[in-house]
Amino acid sequence: MINHKTCDVAVIGAGAAGLAAGTECASRGLAAVVIDREPLAGGILRQCIHNGFGVQYFKEELTGPEYAARVIAAAAGAGVEIKLNSTVSEAKRLADGTFELLVLSPADGVSRISARALMLAMGCRERNRGNIATPGTRPAGIFTAGAAQRLLNMEGMLPGTGAVIVGSGDIGLIMARRLVWSGIKVKAVIEIMPYPSGLTRNVVQCLHDFDIPLYLEHAVTNIFGRERVEGVEAAPLKDGIPQPDGKFSIDCDTVLFSVGLLPENELSRKLGVEINPATGGAVVDENLQTNIPGVFAGGNVLHVHDLVDFVSAEAVRAARGIVRYLGGELAPSGCPVTAGANLKYAIPNYFSPGVKTEFSFRPLIVSDRAELKAEQNGTVIWSKDLRFVRPSEMLNIEMTAGEGGLLFNLQHKE
Amino acid sequence: MYDAAIIGAGVSGVATAWQLSHYELRIALLEKCADVGFGVSKANSGIIHAGFHHPVNSLKARLEIRGNLMFEKLQYELGFPFRRDGILVVAFSPEEMVTVQKLYAQGIANGLRNLEMCGRERLLQLEPKLSGEVVGGFFAPGGGTIEPYRYVFSMVESARKNGLDLYCDFKVERGEFDGAHWTLTAASGETVKARYVVNAAGLFADDVSRNCGAEEFRIIPRKGEEYLLDRESPARPKRVIFPVPTRTSKGVLVIPTAEGTTMIGPTAEFTGDKGDVSTSADRMKQIVAQVRQMVEGISVKDIITSFAGLRPVLETEDFYIELSKKAPNFVQVAGIQSPGLTAAPAIGEYVKDILKNAGLKMMEKNGDHALPRRHEIRHETPETLATLHAEDPRWTHVVCRCENISEAEIIEAVRHGHTTLDGIKFYTRAGMGRCQGGFCSARIMMIVSRETGIPMEQLTKKGGNSRLLAGKLGSMEVI
Repeated sequence: MINHKTCDVAVIGAGAAGLAAGTECASRGLAAVVIDREPLAGGILRQCIHNGFGVQYFKEELTGPEYAARVIAAAAGAGVEIKLNSTVSEAKRLADGTFELLVLSPADGVSRISARALMLAMGCRERNRGNIATPGTRPAGIFTAGAAQRLLNMEGMLPGTGAVIVGSGDIGLIMARRLVWSGIKVKAVIEIMPYPSGLTRNVVQCLHDFDIPLYLEHAVTNIFGRERVEGVEAAPLKDGIPQPDGKFSIDCDTVLFSVGLLPENELSRKLGVEINPATGGAVVDENLQTNIPGVFAGGNVLHVHDLVDFVSAEAVRAARGIVRYLGGELAPSGCPVTAGANLKYAIPNYFSPGVKTEFSFRPLIVSDRAELKAEQNGTVIWSKDLRFVRPSEMLNIEMTAGEGGLLFNLQHKE
Repeated sequence: MYDAAIIGAGVSGVATAWQLSHYELRIALLEKCADVGFGVSKANSGIIHAGFHHPVNSLKARLEIRGNLMFEKLQYELGFPFRRDGILVVAFSPEEMVTVQKLYAQGIANGLRNLEMCGRERLLQLEPKLSGEVVGGFFAPGGGTIEPYRYVFSMVESARKNGLDLYCDFKVERGEFDGAHWTLTAASGETVKARYVVNAAGLFADDVSRNCGAEEFRIIPRKGEEYLLDRESPARPKRVIFPVPTRTSKGVLVIPTAEGTTMIGPTAEFTGDKGDVSTSADRMKQIVAQVRQMVEGISVKDIITSFAGLRPVLETEDFYIELSKKAPNFVQVAGIQSPGLTAAPAIGEYVKDILKNAGLKMMEKNGDHALPRRHEIRHETPETLATLHAEDPRWTHVVCRCENISEAEIIEAVRHGHTTLDGIKFYTRAGMGRCQGGFCSARIMMIVSRETGIPMEQLTKKGGNSRLLAGKLGSMEVI
């Protein structure tokens, strides 16, 4: 017996983005169902037991689980239905423009959920050793940083006794400290770029404070060990090429890979959502609607965030877009947005003239003083001075523009 | 006392065990690793060759062609993934076409009747993903792909159902014949006695032969690296694509695997070390450069993982499958490199016949070798899933999201004796997807621990010392 269910909005993912979107939709009178494959809601926040969450959104410093508890309570309070242990195995767009999800769960078996709008909030998976093809053997003891975090923080299991961390992304930095606190030696963090890829405060609080060496512009060139990891080989990079004469070995029985997050858009691709190669997430307009009317995206599945506070705010914006879409009030926005100098990407990719719009960017440069400019029809129409620009920290601004394509440029200022 | 003991649960050993399990015989299969197929058999290209690569009077060609023909029936009985999508050998120059003609002629000499010489147009019609630079080639519709570990697992299951005794973690250190039977002693001191012994020990067939007082020969490992691409990669071809072979190797291939991913490789380089299955940056670059000549859409960005396997190469060019001339009632099955996987079912028959001729009396028995059809939720309709859920709700509890594998399938793997993470991965595919176990490994470990009672910190990746975890939080002093 296949169950059938109908709702206004189906939200895929009950992490920070999904819960915020579901709550906003429900509080505006829509029937919202949020679907998540984990046994508990909260997404990745559940395993982030460190603090630093909520400083902007709740004006308090919370741990990940505390932030999750707040947003779960808000969702419950707003009447959001949350389906846990549930996996969306298929998402289809029907001829009438509505959507149907095929959902599997132990509690309900097989369900078809019909919805008039979809919110994509699936978050990310971690880039892993296989993706970057680190040479060497394939012993036990190799983890992505997030997988090790889950094992340690949620199952109470130690991944190893001595570790090398590949990549200075936030997850790797946080785990460096976490491993030390668990009695595990952290021998080194190895980073290919000439600057750390995580937040400055994490570099300070997780590496400097624990005397963990950070090797910038280095790569791990080999992993040793047949049954269990025995060590790694690292080498300095020159123009991205490992220099054999500088190579050295580090003994360890554990390797953690923190080499980036990849938005999980497999379902989106199958639905026909246009993906932006610069972000790995959907192409969206200022309502965070994708190229498919009725399909919206927010949070890490749209682009990799560094602060969950911005995830929540973005998801609320997407939800407001959903409300207007279902109310028949959304007009297609036509003006394109281009990421120019020193910017990896700009979101949204389209905006409507005359509407105050939130823009998010990833800088490609490290600069203590920079200027972000918006150009339209050849003229600079807006600019802002920025301090301490880093690729690890997302830029968010708000502005209104008239008709015409927008080109954003980020320039270093002397 | 066993009638026969087979050393090595790789493709040859399990095929032999399976054949012998059709008779009233007591058979033992001895495997040094924690699970079957953990040696060469799990780390290869998974190709079912079509019978044109080896010369007509070679044992390789004879057993390859016979084996090739056995796979439909075996798949029907045992249920492992197998597809006969065909092999294309492609040439990029008139010189390469000369080799193509020779291979074609060899295939004809070997008795193949369905080979087709192709011009450029026909090749592109058969395989649109091919580079436009191809000048010609040929098509062997009889070629295909299987999942080799699934083949090994299902042969063992079927044989065990019919009386085979399996011993894992049993590394034969020595064998002694007392005139009537063999005593095989494991590293642990455990012994198995058998009237006949089959040495199918793969990379270590030379060591086993020596330790049993049989012929001296040397197995030289030749490593091949392989790279796997995301199943959504648009570069996935329909057919297995071979370049023109060199004197030493069949070349770097583009393989649409039987389960829907794409594999590129293998390389071929001699290594002095039978345990060296490391991959390297240079080989990856070499593989990518070579395959991009054949299928231009292949991108490094689509790589999800890699592995390396070791071919057990003998100095002779052919399979060495014979009754030992030195040790009594001892059958050598060595040097089973390509086309070993294809030939395996035929190797099983061939060894059975050697044993029969050596005096092992075989009475056929009424057995049931077919395995019940496995449910794999990724291949089932929603209606079937709903029915399965009614029997056991764990059928709709998805554990590996990348490959769509349910908790019920993981439990089934455990109940079939696979308790290492790799064993479960090979049985179910959980952990083989794009996240490479990032999300499902913890879950799988919890399920294995729950089902077996083995504490999580004792679980291993592939047996031996490959512990996945170091212990419980709180068990290490914080300095």
